[in-house]
Amino acid sequence: MPVATMQGREIHVDEEGFLTDPSEWDEELAKQLAANIGLELTDRHYEVIRFARQDAAEQGETPTIRRMQAVGGFQTKELFQLFPKKPAKKLSYVAGLQKPVGCV
Amino acid sequence: MRRLLVLGAGTAGTMVVNKLRPRLPADEWEIAIVDQSEEHHYQPGYLFVPFGTYRPEDIVKPRGRLISGGVRQVTGVIDRVDCDAHVVHLEDGTELGYDQLVIATGTHPDPEETPGLAEPNAKERGVHSFYTLEDSVALRDALEAFDGGRLVVNLIELPIKCPVAPLEFVFLAEAWLRQRGLRERTEVTYVTPLDGAFTKPLAAHELGGMFDERGIVLEPDFMLERIDLDAKQLVSYDEREIDFDLLVTIPLNFGAPFVARSGLGDELNHVKVDKHTFLAEGHDDVFAIGDAANLPTSKAGSVAHFAVDVFVENFVRHVEGLPLLERFDGHANCFIESGDGKAMLLDFNYDTEPLLGSFPLPEVGPLKLLAESEANHLGKLAFRWVYWHVLLPGRPLPLSASMSMLGKRRPPTPDSNGGQADDHHLQEVSL
Repeated sequence: MPVATMQGREIHVDEEGFLTDPSEWDEELAKQLAANIGLELTDRHYEVIRFARQDAAEQGETPTIRRMQAVGGFQTKELFQLFPKKPAKKLSYVAGLQKPVGCV
Repeated sequence: MRRLLVLGAGTAGTMVVNKLRPRLPADEWEIAIVDQSEEHHYQPGYLFVPFGTYRPEDIVKPRGRLISGGVRQVTGVIDRVDCDAHVVHLEDGTELGYDQLVIATGTHPDPEETPGLAEPNAKERGVHSFYTLEDSVALRDALEAFDGGRLVVNLIELPIKCPVAPLEFVFLAEAWLRQRGLRERTEVTYVTPLDGAFTKPLAAHELGGMFDERGIVLEPDFMLERIDLDAKQLVSYDEREIDFDLLVTIPLNFGAPFVARSGLGDELNHVKVDKHTFLAEGHDDVFAIGDAANLPTSKAGSVAHFAVDVFVENFVRHVEGLPLLERFDGHANCFIESGDGKAMLLDFNYDTEPLLGSFPLPEVGPLKLLAESEANHLGKLAFRWVYWHVLLPGRPLPLSASMSMLGKRRPPTPDSNGGQADDHHLQEVSL
């Protein structure tokens, strides 16, 4: 697994740059992750990110966009505005979570 | 007398009663199983019906003789579970009491959740599926009449049962079109909300070329909002449109409605359980097993099979007042049909992605992991016999409930760098 240096510390990431250890994430790091993909985080982004991280910690897997709406109350259209084109992938990247995957 | 009540006589429920009946003394334990249907369907067979490989009668048996003597069978629709009173209410007013309850009522496609999909004229407008026997038969007739055009295979959102089935369908359909001489007149497109057809790193690396080789167009990151039946289009939340002449889609999957009414479910009506012991959250006398549970692994018969092996040992301990010791590791073992008489095989668990190698024996196989072979395809076809005659009766299969690393390998990837610091990865991120 590659190791990246961000904000003066070592961060473990996978081949696509997604964090592999959610505990290495903090809200400051999220800013840099967002900048890497051309996003600037607002308070609303952070609300979405906090819910996704808490849900992933409880469920053992990254929430789907449908679950973000059904359980988190974040409308899918809004997630597309906050994380354009690929909300599921961009949200998990910035939140330090595994991207949504199938079984293969 | 103590009472074990099992809800659902599908793959998991049938195995649970057939394995537990000999383990629980008949003078101490009464076992009953409830299902709304008197038929048992071999659900993996639905995939083959549209192509004429199986006929409906090949994959349906009466439920009655698949269940051990000494187990009471009840036919009825479950209304709700009253966990405080230890009673299950059926819609016809029947009340069934229990000391221990096992929920095994599976997960089911719900077209109502997607605008356009449940309209009465959807099939007329070329919108099909293969996740029920009825839908598979209708799709068989639609394929029979298909004369070329745009075939679109769509996965709306996970989790679905048998999550490899949409991939298998697109591979089988592509091969079938070639055999029928229709391939050159047909554009085949696979539409997924994920970022690729294969999303696990090794699978993406090993199998990523299968779409190009077959000329199948991939539309990733597509979040379906609605199906426009007039325009015959899939429309996404970010207003992408995909035209189809024949659409094969997988509706969202939900657990049984009584799960929600009983306060046991998550937002998809899957029962919230401990992922290692299957005990329902907040209860010590309610378990959920198979697709009905909200485990973070594939919803598939193989998972139910391995889970039941773990569950039975735990349950026998549990009712003797001993702690639940066995821990389920999320083991799954799935064939993927790839067309032209070949298939691939996956073996994985909660923590280990599908790897390369041979199965079940190192070097010898005879099955190959994460690669195509004819032996894998024969294994998949032979499995129907194993299902009826070995799995459902609860006879032992020589496969470990826990995933084994024997025979598995993880090849070094070309961009592996031995764990050295590698800052350039951050600049390469392009989402």
